[in-house]
Order: sequence, then C-alpha cells, then structure tokens
Amino acid sequence: MSDRAIEVTGLRKTYGDLEAVAGIDLTVDVGEVFALLGPNGAGKTTTVEILEGYRQRTAGDVSVLGLDPAGRARALRERVGIVLQSTGVDPYLTVRETVSLYASYYPSPRDVDEVVELVGLAGKRDTRVLKLSGGQQRRLDVAIALAGDAELLFLDEPTTGFDPGARRNAWEIVRNLSDIGKTVFLTTHYMDEAQNLANRVAVIAHGTIVAEGPPGSLAGRDRMKTRIRFRLPPGAPEPERAPHRLPDGSYEIRADQEETTKLVHDLTAWALESGFVLDALEVTPPTLEDVYLELTASEDVTA
Amino acid sequence: MSELTLTARQIRYTNKAFWRNPAAAFFTFVFPLMFLVIFATLLGSGTVTLESGREFNQSTYYVASMAVFSVITACYTNLAIGVTFQRDAGILKRTRGTPLPGSAYLGARVIHVMIMSILLVVICAAFGWLFYDADLPTGMSLVRSIIVVLVGSASFAALGLALTPAIPNADAAPPIVNATILPLLFISGIFFPVGPDAPQWIETLSDIFPVRHLVDAFLGSFYGPPLFAFSWRDVGIVAAWGLAGLIVATRYFSWEPRR
Repeated sequence: MSDRAIEVTGLRKTYGDLEAVAGIDLTVDVGEVFALLGPNGAGKTTTVEILEGYRQRTAGDVSVLGLDPAGRARALRERVGIVLQSTGVDPYLTVRETVSLYASYYPSPRDVDEVVELVGLAGKRDTRVLKLSGGQQRRLDVAIALAGDAELLFLDEPTTGFDPGARRNAWEIVRNLSDIGKTVFLTTHYMDEAQNLANRVAVIAHGTIVAEGPPGSLAGRDRMKTRIRFRLPPGAPEPERAPHRLPDGSYEIRADQEETTKLVHDLTAWALESGFVLDALEVTPPTLEDVYLELTASEDVTA
Repeated sequence: MSELTLTARQIRYTNKAFWRNPAAAFFTFVFPLMFLVIFATLLGSGTVTLESGREFNQSTYYVASMAVFSVITACYTNLAIGVTFQRDAGILKRTRGTPLPGSAYLGARVIHVMIMSILLVVICAAFGWLFYDADLPTGMSLVRSIIVVLVGSASFAALGLALTPAIPNADAAPPIVNATILPLLFISGIFFPVGPDAPQWIETLSDIFPVRHLVDAFLGSFYGPPLFAFSWRDVGIVAAWGLAGLIVATRYFSWEPRR
C-alpha cells in the first residue's frame, strides 16, 4: 500500500479543439489537505471530475487510492466522499432521512446524528430539504460526503455561498478530517481558504499547473517583498530611503523580508526624532493572493 | 451489502418522497379517477359497438381504459418528467458518485412505479365494481390481468427512461412527454373506444405503437371473452416496445445535468 492517495501524470482532457486540461502532474499524500486553486474556467472542475470518475481523460495516468477512477469501481467509490459544485437532493426528504439514505450506501458509515451535528444542522434534523437555505443545503452536501466515512474526500468549492461564520465552521470540519487522517482534495478560488486549510497548494490556470508548493512558500512567496505603507503629514520631508509615492498620496517601501524589521525600526525612529506622526502605518507580508494574482494575471496576458 | 437490500431501501425512500410531493401524488392518483367519473357520467350511458360487432356498456369500458391510462401516467409520464427533474437538479450525478449501483437506483424507481400501477389498477377496478357494475376478473382472467399490468408498467417505465436523453432540460420535460403520449392516447381507445368506423390510417398508426395493444390486452384479460378477445400478441408487442426502451435507455441514459 503506497502512501500516495492520488497520483496524476501527464493528465490531458480535450473537448474538440478546446484543451481544458493541458498535461498536469499531481501527487497528494495520504492524510494531506491539498488545494487546487484557480480562477473559473482554469480546469479545476474538469480535473477533479476526472479524479472522481465522472469524466474520462484524453491522456495521462491517474491513480486514486491505487485504482483508476475511469473504471468506476464500486470498491473505489466506497472509499471516496464527494461534494460536487452543484448538486441537489430530494426536496421532500428531511435532513436526517437524506443523510441516513446516503450513509446506507457505504459499508461502514458514520453515525448519522453525529454527522448532522458536525455540520451544524442538528436543529434542522427533521426539516425537509425544501425548506433549507442555500448555505444549509451546502452544509447538507458536506454531511452527505462525510456520511460514508470515506478516507478520501473531494470538495469542489465547498464554501461557495457561505457566510463568514459558516465558512469558519466548514474549515473546522475540514481540519478535523485531516486530524483523523483523512485525505482532502479541495478546489477553491478563495485564497484564504487554501491558505488556512491546505498543506499544499497547486495553482492552475488555462489547464496547466503554474505553481505548486506549501502555501507559505508558493511560487517564491517567501522571497517576495514585504510592503510598508504610511502617510506623512503636510510639509514633512521625505525619509532617507526614498519611498515610492502612490497616487493616493501615501508612501510605500518594498523590502526584503529579512530587512523588514530594521527598516521599520529606522523609519519609526526617524519619525519620532523629527516629531512626525506616521499615519496609517501598515506592514504587509506578501499574501497568497499576491502570488495568485501575479501567476494568473500573467497567464491572462498571454491568453 | 447486496443490491437487493439496497434496491429495497431505495424503493422505500422513493415512496416516501413520492407521497410527500402533493402534485405528483394528485396527478397520479386523483386524475384517473376524476377522468373515470367524468367520462362515465358524460358518455357512460351509451353502448360501444366493438369491432366484433358486440355491444358493450361504456362506463364499464372506461373502468378498464382509465386503469390503463393511470398505468401509463404513472410509469411513462411521471417517471420521465420526474427523472429529468432529478437529473437537472444534480441528484442523479450525486448518486452516481456513491457506491450505490446505477441499476439499483433506477431499478428502485421502476419497481416503485410498477407497485403504484398495481395499486392504481386495483383502485380503478374497485371503483368500477362499486359504482359502474364492472365485473372483477377471477381465476385465469385475474392471472392474465396481473401479467398484463406488470408487463405494461415495466415496458412504459422503460420507455419513460428511454425518452429522458431526448429531453434537453427539466422545463422542457412536461411538454415533450405529453407531446409524445397524448396523441397516442387519443387514437388508442383510452378516452373513447376506437370503433370499426375509424379510418384505416388511424388503425395502422395505433397498431404500430404500444398504447392500443396495452388497452386491448387489458380489456381482454380483465373482462375476457365473449366481450373482448385476449391475445398474447398484444402483450408481446407491448413487451417488445419495453425491451426497445430498455436498450435505448441503457445506451443513452444521462446521469448529468444538461447545460
């Protein structure tokens, strides 16, 4: 038994002339939370649906839990839980009935009430699906995917449409899953979601992986510059190290990360000595969003 | 877990959801009885002249034809529309991602409408026996009637599933399904008996499609000779259509929403 949950090499998928997935390689280890990050139309859903067995690939090798998902083996489906991007359930069944129906398809399901509780729908246990809000239905989607106690979970944009509180809860659920050793394959276009949940992130744009790594060092994020911003009162001279003046009148200095502490120290010392107040002082390390925008923006230019 | 257990459980859930959907339950169960009362009241006092030249009380005729109508509505119309809605709502796709075999899912839907069909025929027959002096079949007639209902409901359910790939989206389901079945219901003796005076082309057309054969087979099994002749040929033609439906459904059935 390998410790690879998913192994993909040279995966391609074409629809006529359109190349939706243009040769990607991926590995996901057992117990890992892996996020596939990308804008709409980048090939996220095509990729995940090939891994789930919904779509047949054009070329490449794919192994999910040691099996080829294209074969749609029942033995594989028993070990995989899926949250699709948009799916329905019978509107006339209650939350509990729905979860227990899906749980019954699996050889060793989780306790139904426990799952309903876990996604925060205990209060809606006997409510018909028809009467749930959009966010509650999405939580039910997650509950259904958890019901079978699968070892590998595919979550295709699981928190789209959630309010901030519900998103935090959903993240907590995913963290719990990873704590008990489940493997999670997540697609998202939320940067903070990937940052908060994933051990590893791959950015996909136009069907190819443009960057891959832990969220902290993705695409040289650890080598990108920190931004220091501030405003100066009227009449104040500019500090020694010439800052860049932004259109809104504030100043910005970009600094290497190891240099940041000293620079902030010098800057504030200078301001104190000169008797100025540095308005709206902010120090921002490079975010995953910066990396992401940079990566996907350059892709858009070539497109 | 065996497929049988899974199917049985699936039937229970299908049934639960069915009865909680007031529109489906109403159209399936109240419509045929309503039609039976309307037709029997307006036209039931007359007599029908059959091709054999025999005369027959029209209200008794409607007991049988409305029973067939209810079977076709439950198995063909409701199943085709219902499955298309489930497909477009993503329910089929989700189910496809679970270990439940597709055959267990669709099998449960088909068996459920077959059970509903038996129930509907029993209700129509009991209604006819109470109010319209319809004779109830016994002995071999009863056995034949049961066979006809089972073959008819299974075949029309298969045809309903076979139609779904041709339906682009849920909104289009009711008009498309009705457009395929209503004309056949009219020329096949469901709403009024097609007598010996009917033009040849209607005769030929209704002979090709399965509706008239199901009506004839049911009349023949339910009332039997001397009024109606029972012919296995009718049952065979219905079954052949059902088999064709099954082949088309197996080949072209789509689990994913069409976009």
